Amino acid sequence: MRSRLFKPTLIWLQGVTCNGNTHSFLNLPYLPQLLARFEVLYHPLLPCSQSLEEIARCRRGCDVLVFEGAFDPMMERAGVTLERLVAYYAEEAGHVIAAGSCASFGGIFKAAAPERNSGLAYAGEHPDGPLLGKAGKVINLSGCPVHPEWLGFALMNIAEGRPISVDALGRPTALYRHMAHDGCLRNEYFEWKVDAEQFGRKEGCLFYEHGCRGPLTHASCNRTLWNGVSSKMRVGTPCFGCTEPDFPRRNLFETKTNMSIPEEVPVGVSKRAYLTMTGIAKSFKIKRLEERLTDDD
Amino acid sequence: MSKEERKENIISTALKLFAEKGFYVTTIPDIAAKVGMSVGNFYNYFSSKDILAKELILYISEYLGKHIREINEGPGSAKDKISAIVTFYFTMATERPEMIEYFLRIYLSNREVFGESCEGMVCVSPFITEMMIFFDDGVAGGELRDQDFFSAFGLFMGYLGGMVFLFGEKILPEPLSSYEASIAENIYRALKTV
Ligand code: SF4
Ligand code: SF4
Repeated sequence: MRSRLFKPTLIWLQGVTCNGNTHSFLNLPYLPQLLARFEVLYHPLLPCSQSLEEIARCRRGCDVLVFEGAFDPMMERAGVTLERLVAYYAEEAGHVIAAGSCASFGGIFKAAAPERNSGLAYAGEHPDGPLLGKAGKVINLSGCPVHPEWLGFALMNIAEGRPISVDALGRPTALYRHMAHDGCLRNEYFEWKVDAEQFGRKEGCLFYEHGCRGPLTHASCNRTLWNGVSSKMRVGTPCFGCTEPDFPRRNLFETKTNMSIPEEVPVGVSKRAYLTMTGIAKSFKIKRLEERLTDDD
Repeated sequence: MSKEERKENIISTALKLFAEKGFYVTTIPDIAAKVGMSVGNFYNYFSSKDILAKELILYISEYLGKHIREINEGPGSAKDKISAIVTFYFTMATERPEMIEYFLRIYLSNREVFGESCEGMVCVSPFITEMMIFFDDGVAGGELRDQDFFSAFGLFMGYLGGMVFLFGEKILPEPLSSYEASIAENIYRALKTV
């Protein structure tokens, strides 16, 4: 463990962004304690010791670079291109955190302008971007926006000097080894193939007709709830798969089927095995699962 | 003869007897006598006629599933695969008519025999799964039109079943195999993308 007196310096830069990751981060319950572990040189909204203009002069490096938004090499901050800023700060930093799906894989901005925008070390699932050669340093915290607890987890580990193991796409395994489906309260409906009749209801699973990507998405949203209380599926909205490199997809509320057969099946399951099980599970009519959970509507 | 072979023997004998005499008329002593086994010994293989009935449908479904799976996994377009499935089905209906008879006349018409353990797709799932894979591949490959599964399935299997039925009733003027090409063509036209 590192001495508590050592405070890594942190710079938070923004590329092409909606600010969503910053806003998400502001919801971290232990934000003050976390920030106290760092010397924040620059952040666009939080208290920090330097201005953007000072940062743009590139005089002094930092230990941790957090980057939010898609990377557009031509975009400028305080008159300096992102290309220069990212190259300079990533060189010195021990860790670079790509906060959110845009910084990780390009996200919605790459979808709109693929010729300009990318993530820091990936464009979609393909290795690309300004930190391609330094991909080993980059921790991808995909999510649209990044879950505040995931960012808290990564920064706390860095402050403590603990290594963070990552998957093939640079995402911390501790956070992204699970599927969003894991911990969903609708799993029993999924097992018996009872689909939700409507959005927003407590009953039914959203996989078959409503586009839920939970079984195809690496994320721990249902294990570590948002704001400590909820997740999309808990309130009856499908997971959109925002942590995956192919986000954003089209038709988020639709399950792509071929002759009523889901085109994609849960990660790691063969389609043949899945269809066999589905056919059998569907044969059972379980009254309990067809009923409403509460009488009041 | 090993136990497995004996079981196979019972299955094929039972299928033939059911086809000749009808399901309800055929008794376990009839089947046991035909395979040359005592009734007591027969019960070591299948403990009741209902259980035998269910095993038979599973056996046929696995047989169908296995062959259609080979077609699915083999090369060729959806069009080629339709031809291959039609040919396989008609060959089976010609060479082992008791299997298709059983499926069409006994399984589909005497649902009460199969009871809860054969609800829905449970006993025919190996076969249905392969048909699903066939349709899914065909649509994903852009060759077949996206539509409701059962509409497509009913069209495909209903047509084949209907032809086999006409053949069994000796209504068809020609042998089944002479219809293969035109039937495959009809099915393909009904399923393909426009
Ligand atoms: S709603 Fe989505 S995450 Fe929940 S059980 Fe269904 S498929 Fe899984
Ligand atoms: S549930 Fe799915 S869409 Fe929602 S935040 Fe988690 S990964 Fe993204």
